[in-house]
Amino acid sequence: MLAAHLDPLAASLFSLLAIASLLLAFVMLGSRWLRDYLVAFTIESWLIALLSAAVAYYGGYRELYLVAVLTAAFRGVLLPYLLKRIIVRLNVDRELHLSLQPSSSLVIGALLVVFAFVVSTHLGARLGLAGTVAVLALTVMLSMKLIGFLMLAVRHEAISQILGLLVLENGIFLGSQILVPGMPLLLELVILFDLLVIVVCFGVLVRYLVAHVGSTSSRELRRLVG
Amino acid sequence: MVGALLLILTLAPLGAMLGCLALRAPRACERLNLAAAIVGLAAALPLPVAAFGRSYAFWDRYVLLDAIGAWTLLCTAVVYLLASIYAVGYMRLLDEDGRRLHRFYALFAGFAATMLCGPLMNNVGVYWIAIELTTLVSTFLVGFELGKESIEAAWKYIIVVSAGISLALLGTVLFYWAGSLVLGPTYDMTWSTLRAVAPKVDARLLDAAFLLVLIGYGTKAGLAPMHTWLPDAHSEGPAPVSAMLSGALLNTAMLGIARFLAVTDAAGGSALPRTVVVVFGVVSLLVAALFIVRQEGVKRLMAYSSVEHMGVLALGFGFGGPLGIAGALYHMFNHSLTKSLMFFGAGNAMRAYGSKDMSDIRALPRHYPVSGALWLAGAVAITGAPPFGLFLSELMILRAGFASPQAWAAIAMLVLLIVIFAGFLNHFRRMYFGEEEGRGAAPALRLGGWLTLPMWLALVPVAVLGVWWPQALWSFFHSVAAHP
Repeated sequence: MLAAHLDPLAASLFSLLAIASLLLAFVMLGSRWLRDYLVAFTIESWLIALLSAAVAYYGGYRELYLVAVLTAAFRGVLLPYLLKRIIVRLNVDRELHLSLQPSSSLVIGALLVVFAFVVSTHLGARLGLAGTVAVLALTVMLSMKLIGFLMLAVRHEAISQILGLLVLENGIFLGSQILVPGMPLLLELVILFDLLVIVVCFGVLVRYLVAHVGSTSSRELRRLVG
Repeated sequence: MVGALLLILTLAPLGAMLGCLALRAPRACERLNLAAAIVGLAAALPLPVAAFGRSYAFWDRYVLLDAIGAWTLLCTAVVYLLASIYAVGYMRLLDEDGRRLHRFYALFAGFAATMLCGPLMNNVGVYWIAIELTTLVSTFLVGFELGKESIEAAWKYIIVVSAGISLALLGTVLFYWAGSLVLGPTYDMTWSTLRAVAPKVDARLLDAAFLLVLIGYGTKAGLAPMHTWLPDAHSEGPAPVSAMLSGALLNTAMLGIARFLAVTDAAGGSALPRTVVVVFGVVSLLVAALFIVRQEGVKRLMAYSSVEHMGVLALGFGFGGPLGIAGALYHMFNHSLTKSLMFFGAGNAMRAYGSKDMSDIRALPRHYPVSGALWLAGAVAITGAPPFGLFLSELMILRAGFASPQAWAAIAMLVLLIVIFAGFLNHFRRMYFGEEEGRGAAPALRLGGWLTLPMWLALVPVAVLGVWWPQALWSFFHSVAAHP
């Protein structure tokens, strides 16, 4: 496996990129402006593209260069562009109703990272990988997953929820580059493409929301209960 | 031969989808979709026979037909046909001018195509993509009526299910990682490879991966407590769509759980996966029981009944053994038929009385003697009373439960099934024989043949399967249990 025997430079580069992505997830958690979310997501995507390229270079997985280019193009350019268009059209710029202040979400996010760390150290120790970059990748993957869920739970604007979903997937993408760089190329391509379809679907739905519900906040969506 | 059948099965609805988009004439789209459904069922019928005791792989091993997959395909194709017949009558009621009908049928056929592709996927990652695609297509069907409630349901559906299913992707990555520690960084992640490699993998890692996958596909299959999207989506979409969601889509996701269970079984190290599946089954039954007893909406009642039956399926697969698997597969088929019938009846009642509330639906047998009787028979069947197929399958799952280490779950299942039986039929008692509450005029809608024919088509096999249990079926299920 790649992560077990890396030269130190590559290992620290991977760690740096992974941790920077995790920090950007916290940026999203700590802000209430949609524009900040979008910028953080864009940078995160570029970091992941960079990570793909780095894994391709150090691990000798040529096809990951393609993944890197496509990640940058789809997640780094196209998705932010589509989301930006939705934001402009909707004329919303921030979360109006927070069910959790950014500061408390940051604290909870930190606790989630600790939980993810405990789980991955435990798994890593059992697999004899303690102290390698694999454990870090697993930690970051799980924490971004949990932070994404936290965002989905406490944010109400439609755009924040879409971005929450994208953070979930970013976490998986980041972790899988390091843990399973040899995953079949087809799979990664289709998952990238899939994401694009999701965002298009969301775009259409958001338009319906505006047209028929008159708001893009899921706080208005509480007719169906019981 | 089998390859040709599979091509026909998946290309027929795809062709219908493209045809509907091109033609745009409502009547032509109806017929096209119906024709695709008939062709699809004709192609799906021989598949379980062909897959009896063996499996086929095509296209670089990306496509797989095995016994359990063939069975799920059959269930899906049956529901697709029933729902297509019903859709002809129902959508004419809903959308008189028919300007959006071609879009409905295109989505409907596309939805069927994605569901018919899912069970055929041999690569675990591609299976995940197929399941995600079913969500994306069906979201627009759920929101098709464009009312406030339907948009809300569609939004909840796509958010909850996409978030849940992303956990399944994480679990899939962990499975791949676990395999790559043994097989090297690049290999084909098929179901059989995973089963082969599972015994050599660390049991804890496998457990963690399985839990993630279970939560992920469990969200899609509507297991409580991840079921929150289900009552909304099932109750707000048009009735034929509800039937497809409930009778076909949930099975396709449940299949993933069953296949991953086979992988952890092959590893054999830990009892955790089975126990957790059983616990989810019991929780689903419990939640369904609570919400069924106090339900007010007629389609929501059916939706919670789906949560119940997915719980029963989870229990069947979780108990395992030849009896559990056979019971679960038999239950899957019976549930697909009966739940379609129930949603058709609910759709008819909703249109006839112009209300979603059961309190507005009164004196059904006086106004609709025939279709009312069909619906009532369906209600008796869905609660697991004899002489219908669901009674047999639930009994088998119970027997499997008492023979397994989780006998407590079988007892809980028995109690909760009784509660659901009483609660569910009590609603029907009120709708059929309750005192007239004098709200508005008597229903004027005449139910045409398109609206009642599929109810007959669904009820007759369920009744037959309840009293006649072909030996061939038993040996088929047995072969599934023996060669997962």
